[in-house]
Formats: sequence, structure tokens, C-alpha cells
Amino acid sequence: MAQVHSSAPPTRHALQAVARPALKSELSRQRRRSAWLFLAPMLVVLALVAAWPLARTIWFSFTDASLDDLSGAHFVGLRNYLEYVDYGDGTGEYFGLLADGEWWGAVWNTVRYTVISVAIETVLGLVFALVLNAPFPGRGLVRAAVLIPWAIPTIVSAKMWAWMMNDQFGILNDMLQSIGVIAHPIAWTASPETAIWAVIIVDVWKTTPFMALLILAGLQMVPGDIYEAAKIDGVHPVKVFWRVTLPLIRPAILVAVIFRALDALRVFDLIYVLTPNNSQTKSMSVFAQENLFQFDKFAYGSAASTFLFLVIAMITLVYIKAARLELGGGR
Amino acid sequence: MRRKDATLALALTSLLAAMPALAVELSVVSGSVGKDITELRDALDRFEKQSGNTVRIVEMPASTTDQFGQYRLWLSAGNPDIDVYRTDVIWAPQLANHFVDLTEAAKDQIPKHFPSIIQSQTVGGKLVALPMYTDAPALYYRKDLLDKYGKQPPKTWEELKATAQEVLDKEHAAGNGQLVGFVFQGAPYEGLTCDGLEWVSSYGGGQIVDPKGNITINNPKAEAALAEARSWIGTVSPTGVLAYKEEEARGVWQTGNAIFMRNWPYAYALSNGSDSAVAGKFGVVPLPAAEGETSAACLGGWNLAVSKYSRHQKEAIDLVTFLADEPQQKQRAVNQARLPTMPELYGDPDIKAAQPIVPQWQSVLEAAVPRPSAPTQGQYNEVSKEFWTAVNETLAGRIEPAAALKQLEGRLRRLKRSAWD
Repeated sequence: MAQVHSSAPPTRHALQAVARPALKSELSRQRRRSAWLFLAPMLVVLALVAAWPLARTIWFSFTDASLDDLSGAHFVGLRNYLEYVDYGDGTGEYFGLLADGEWWGAVWNTVRYTVISVAIETVLGLVFALVLNAPFPGRGLVRAAVLIPWAIPTIVSAKMWAWMMNDQFGILNDMLQSIGVIAHPIAWTASPETAIWAVIIVDVWKTTPFMALLILAGLQMVPGDIYEAAKIDGVHPVKVFWRVTLPLIRPAILVAVIFRALDALRVFDLIYVLTPNNSQTKSMSVFAQENLFQFDKFAYGSAASTFLFLVIAMITLVYIKAARLELGGGR
Repeated sequence: MRRKDATLALALTSLLAAMPALAVELSVVSGSVGKDITELRDALDRFEKQSGNTVRIVEMPASTTDQFGQYRLWLSAGNPDIDVYRTDVIWAPQLANHFVDLTEAAKDQIPKHFPSIIQSQTVGGKLVALPMYTDAPALYYRKDLLDKYGKQPPKTWEELKATAQEVLDKEHAAGNGQLVGFVFQGAPYEGLTCDGLEWVSSYGGGQIVDPKGNITINNPKAEAALAEARSWIGTVSPTGVLAYKEEEARGVWQTGNAIFMRNWPYAYALSNGSDSAVAGKFGVVPLPAAEGETSAACLGGWNLAVSKYSRHQKEAIDLVTFLADEPQQKQRAVNQARLPTMPELYGDPDIKAAQPIVPQWQSVLEAAVPRPSAPTQGQYNEVSKEFWTAVNETLAGRIEPAAALKQLEGRLRRLKRSAWD
């Protein structure tokens, strides 16, 4: 499956450093050579583990490859993406990924899941970070404890939540019933209305600590004297948050959001364990896996993987562009 | 000259005798429902004692759908780490290329099995896997509860609903609020294809795709079957049943919280276990049908196949023939109520004494309905997914039965195009 490895956008200083014309001295040539030498192992590893599988996946998406016979794959053009089949009696039908309602359903599910869960995680993560940034006794312990959900492997936490959300034995229904919020047990992972929310709840529980951690790092960069100045001027704390804290930690939040969004767009394990095969929660990755390995449609699954890669790459590009504009406007 | 030959032969034999038989380590991969793994381990211990080889179990999740994806991946990669695969009855046509032909190795054993089961594991004249046990589901009912209200086990689905509703109302009124009426496998996975096929087939609605490969699912009888099943959800069956597989259904049943359950015979042995709340309080009958139609049981069962990529094929074949043979089949029937694939064992007095469901089930088995894995060949998994999705969404009330079947027919047609391959 295609995977996207992203890194934070280069800082302005780095860009300037690249743009500056290099001095044509022996020393600079030598430094450049050793720089390449130091970079070489990483480039080789990246080419092997990221570029090569990606290129292969894209190639397979233009073939009729089957998992049983990968070497016998033949080029078939865009057939896996779009193809018009003429039945010869004046009727015909479009086939291929772009004409596949289930695929678009999976795209919609993924985007909806990403937007909702990342939005909730950002707000909650910010609140957590603000609390953890304030000095209080036992802060170190709480900071460590908050990270626990994030440290548990997704498979384990998904299975754990699946049992907690079980309609008959689940502790969640039991608790909600005993405090009188609901009268009858809810079938969290089974009902079409709650399935996507079940997934979002678990994801928020699991990755809010990650958001909190990244934002907390940003908060600690904010110099304390600004707050002192605001305090002396008698500015209301809410105003301080909106006018001082938020603008200063915005870069950290933007990076955290893109990290989480990229992760959420290729979500697989959580959905595969919590609500397997449910068409309400099927994500792009689950769709690709199903075609690649369950069905005899390796090429079609490769096309889905390729498309997944394109969707993620596009969203990243647009986001970086938009975030930079905002950053420029904010300064 | 002859003396020389004899000396040479003697030297060779003594050399062979002096060398201990090289013990190998085999790996067998198996999914696990109920006590499958414990039972398999016992059988493997007996094999180890007999052969001197050691066998490791690689344990997989219960869902056959999950297992298949992993196995296909391993087999396509030519993975030599797994020697023996426990395979579902429907997989043979899809994985045939990766397994060793067992015809020759099992030629003494083959005549002892049901010919139809051997047939289901034979692809293009090649015996892909040897049967370990077969499966045909039952309707489990709570004898104590039905007796209490003077009810008989139902013969039709409508009767099941009416009985369940009546008992449920009275029990709820009596304060047994946890009780539900009917649990089955409603999660979107291969198990729902079985349940759905049984409903459709017992309404006279065919087998989704007929043996010739024609798509027959869009018919009024199938629609009536789905409409009936839809009417259970939220009344006699909890909504949660839409996420139940075998073990979730058994969990509700075995804690005494269900009146009826559709499940495989393995649940019979476990429900009579010492930790079961329903031990001795239940009975089994064949699944209901529509008025005037005959009951349909989906043919299940698990088999053992030897990987073409195994480094110890000979030992692996020995293991498979050992596990598929009579003594082990009998053991599984006695301990676990796993249905033997050998007709002779259905008359066995030990099995009858331990698990009365086994001899009772021979007739059900002989009339069992196969899933359309043979006509749809390599595309069976997709056909099955389309079917279980349609059934699951109908049960969830997201689509009307008639519309679901029309959509399903269209999708299957798109899959098939001119022919299944």
C-alpha cells in the first residue's frame, strides 16, 4: 500500500540558505561533497522503502496484475481507473475506480472521519496542553499519564473499545444506563448511525495526547515576559489567549494538524478491528486492502492505493500553501 | 560378488539404523473458534509422539474473512514458514494453485469420506485439501423457557418470531430484562453470507448464483426472506446482532440471555460445559423454513492443505493425513461435537453418548446447501461480500429488501460481465 512520509515544511531561514549563491571555493565544494556523502545512506533507504514500493504500486495500477502472478502483469492502460464497456446492444456501462460508487463512499467516509476527528482532537489537545502548561503539583506525573492512550498499540485499544462498546456486555452501555442517559443499550459498532462515531470516539481518545504533546511543545517556546507584560498592563486572560498565546503557537498547531490529518487519511487498523467490513466506516485504505488481498483484484487495489496517495499528496500541498499564506498574513 | 553386495547392503542398513530419523519442526496455521486450538494441540501432541516431529500452531482470529486475507498474502509471497493451512470449505477454488495435490498420499483414506466433501475440495482433478470436519448449523432453543410457556420448537421463521416475542414479553414482565429472543451472525462477513443464504434458500429463493453461474438472487421469495429477517431486528433480536459473529452470539446465548440461537454444532459441546448457564436446559432442531418450504443449512467445514512452499512437504502430508483420519475425527466429535466427514462415524456409540447432536445431524448435513463458491470461482469472495453487504444493510434498515436485491443483482452482473473467472 502506498504510504506517504511527510516532514514539516522547510523554515524560511532554510529556504534562504538554499537560495544564497554558493561560493565557488574548494572548501565549499568539499563541504558539498561530504554533505552528499552524509545524506547518501538516508537517500538510499528512502528510495528502497518509500520510492520503490510507491513506484511499483503505481505501475501495477496500470496492469492486470493478480496477486498469484505478479510477474505476469501486462500493461492495460487506464482500465483500472475508467473504462467503458459496450455490451454491443447499444447499452454499456462505465467500470473502474472513478465510476465505482463504493470507492467514492470510502473517500467520503475517510474525509468525514478525518475532518471531524482532527477538529475535535485539536480543540481538546489545545485544552490539555494549556492545562499541562500551567504549574501545579504532580504535573510531571499527569503529563506522563496523559500519554498512556497514545502509547497503547491501536490494535489493542481498538479491541479493548470493541468490548467496552459491546451492546450486551459492554461497560459503556452499563455506565450510561445506570446514570440514566439512555434507556436501552446502544449497539455502538453495529448501528449505521453510531458506527462512524464509535470510530471517532476511539480515535479521539487515542490521539488527543499526541496533539496535546505537540501543542505543549509550542506553548513552552512562548517567552514568559510577554505574559508578564500583559499582566502589568492588566489585559484580561481570555484576551491574552486570543491575542498572545494563540498567534504564537499557531505554527505548532498547524504542524500538529497536518501530522494528524495525514495519519487519519490513511486510517486502517482502527476501522479494520472496530467495525470490519461495515460500509458506513470503510476507509480508503480498507477499500484498497480488501481489493488487494481479499479479492482477486490486485491491480484494482493498486489503483485505489495510488489514488489514496494522490489524494493525500494533494491535500498536503493545498494545506501547506494555505497555511503559509496565513502565516505570512499573521506576521 | 554376491557376498560383496550383501556386505554393502548390511553396511548401508546399519548406517541408516544408526542415524536417528531427522525430526523436523512443522507449522500449522489455524483460526480459532471455541476450543479449536486446545483440541488441535491435543491432536498434535499425539502426532508428535507418533512421528517424532514437532508441530507449532500459528493462531489466527476467528473470522474466516480475516484469515483468508493473510493466507493469500503468505501464499502469494511463497512463504515457507507455514507448512499446513486449515482452510475453509469455500477457499479451494481460490487457493488451489498454492497447495500440494493430496490424491496420491490420501488414496487409502479418500473412500472413507463423504464423496461430496472430497468433491468440494477437488479443483481440476487435484485434491487441494483433506477434510477435518464438516459443519451444518442448528437452531438452538431454550427447552426450559419454551416448556414454561407450553411452546414447541418452531418449524417456520414466522413461528420463531411469534414464539420469541411471546416468551420475551412474558419474561420481561417477570423482570428478566436482559433476555433477547433470537441471536445469529449478523455482522458483515462471511458468516452472514451463510445465515442469509439459509433464509433465502429456506424461502425457496435459490442460492444467489445457481450451479451454472446464473445470477438468481433477485426474486420475490428472496425478498420475502429478507423482509422477514428485517422484521426481527429491534423486536426479537437486538440491534447489536448486526455486529455479532459466532462467538458474540454464543456469548449472549451461553450466559442464558437468548431464547433462540443460530450457530454451528461446536456451540453444542460448549453450551453443555460446566461453566455454561444453559447446560442441560436447551435443545437443537434443524433451522426453520418458510411455510411449505424445506429447511436449509449452509454447508461449512474446515480442511487441511499442505503448502507448495513448505520445506517439509512429506512430513506435512503425514500430519494432514493423520489429522483427517478416523481416530482424530472421532476425538473431535466426542470432545467438541465437530461433525465427522466420514459416514461410518455417525453410527459410533461413543460419539452418540457424548454428543447426541452428531448422529442426529447426518440427515441435515446430507441436505446442506453449498455457498456458490464453485460457479463463481476466483470471484467468490467478492460475490459473498456483495451479498453480505446487501443483507447487512437491509437488516440495518438502510435499504428496502426489494431495492437491495435489485442493487445486488446489478453489482453481481458488473462483477460477472460475460463469465465468472
